[in-house]
Amino acid sequence: MLKETLEDLEMLDRQERIDYLISLAQEFQNDHVPRTPETRVPGCESEVYMTAGPKIAVDNPQGVSAMALAVILKDANTDELRELSDDVVFRIFGRELSMGKSLGLTGMVRIAREFAE
Amino acid sequence: MLPSMQEIADRGYAVPEALVSTQWVAEHKDDDDVVLVESNEDPLLYASGHIPGAVEVDWTRDLNDPLTRDYLREEGFSQLMSRIGATRDSTVVFYGDKNNWWACYAAWVFHLFGHQNCRIMDGGRLKWQKEGRAMTRDAAQTRPTNYEAPKRDDKEFRAFRDQVLAHVTEKGKLIDVRSPEEFTGERLHMEAYPNEGALRGGHIPGAKNVPWSKAIHPEDGTFLNAQGLRELYESKAGLSQADDVVVYCRIGERSSHTWFVLRYLLGYPRVRNYDGSWTEWGNLVGAPIER
Repeated sequence: MLKETLEDLEMLDRQERIDYLISLAQEFQNDHVPRTPETRVPGCESEVYMTAGPKIAVDNPQGVSAMALAVILKDANTDELRELSDDVVFRIFGRELSMGKSLGLTGMVRIAREFAE
Repeated sequence: MLPSMQEIADRGYAVPEALVSTQWVAEHKDDDDVVLVESNEDPLLYASGHIPGAVEVDWTRDLNDPLTRDYLREEGFSQLMSRIGATRDSTVVFYGDKNNWWACYAAWVFHLFGHQNCRIMDGGRLKWQKEGRAMTRDAAQTRPTNYEAPKRDDKEFRAFRDQVLAHVTEKGKLIDVRSPEEFTGERLHMEAYPNEGALRGGHIPGAKNVPWSKAIHPEDGTFLNAQGLRELYESKAGLSQADDVVVYCRIGERSSHTWFVLRYLLGYPRVRNYDGSWTEWGNLVGAPIER
């Protein structure tokens, strides 16, 4: 559940958060998503593909952060996804994200939110 | 010379020693005068596994001023270098993700403080991992030093807005390393991200478009040889070593990669990175734009 994950993260110090997110990333299992312009995650320089119907599927997430976020999004229910704000990326990863990285991760959040709406 | 370093030397670069091979890093990473630095875009990557002995320099957290859009000053740089165990004589070897994009950006910031004894590990993290070399999650053991950084001097390697305006007026050479869609203004901002681009699209007048990724082999992240790079930047983009060149992208991160290529691999003596880049120029009232 997304709410519980965010609450857990808020209790952790920086290193604990990093370790927790890495452990989530290690749970990631790649989905096979049709690779089209429509499924490519916007804002992402890497080629990450995502669909959000009937369930969230993520293909080729680049880097540990994208894998961790994919696991978090897949675990959220429809109501939580509908209420997602772009700011959730910073709540999960902290404010140290570069502009480029935050754009790609936010792109994944927006696809998930659009699915739920 | 290591066979792998001979292969780099044979590529015809102006300063071949600016690049080191993965094999060289494997053999020299524990030398007393070498500091191995990993610098990535992904903030979790270093912690998930890095070359044994490498320290992390996070571009956002370690090199940027937290308030003003600028880099750290000499006091902060001294503290950083002392923490990672560097001395003024250290050879700092950078590597990272995204084909060394952020490694080059960190190396460029180091140059602003006069620490030019920097190398880039050819191929970055990608190549090291593809070769099945050791990675560890263990923290690097460093011995703190007492590094005293000189005052930061941006003049040689960094271009600011008014300098770029003058450069445009003088018909100076510019390289825009963004995607073709950003260069033409077709893509004003990332799709569905109207608040995260610039208010105007296009490029700085006179700029030629050479996307940064054209300079590397995508399969392993290694740089093209000198002939291939000259084809890109000289035959196609019209540059020469006599030029005073300004490179830019969106915030100066991709263009640092091109700065490294022009300065060290092609030996251009006058290359400056305009880190204000399109997030500044495309929002600047009255700035000239071409499409």
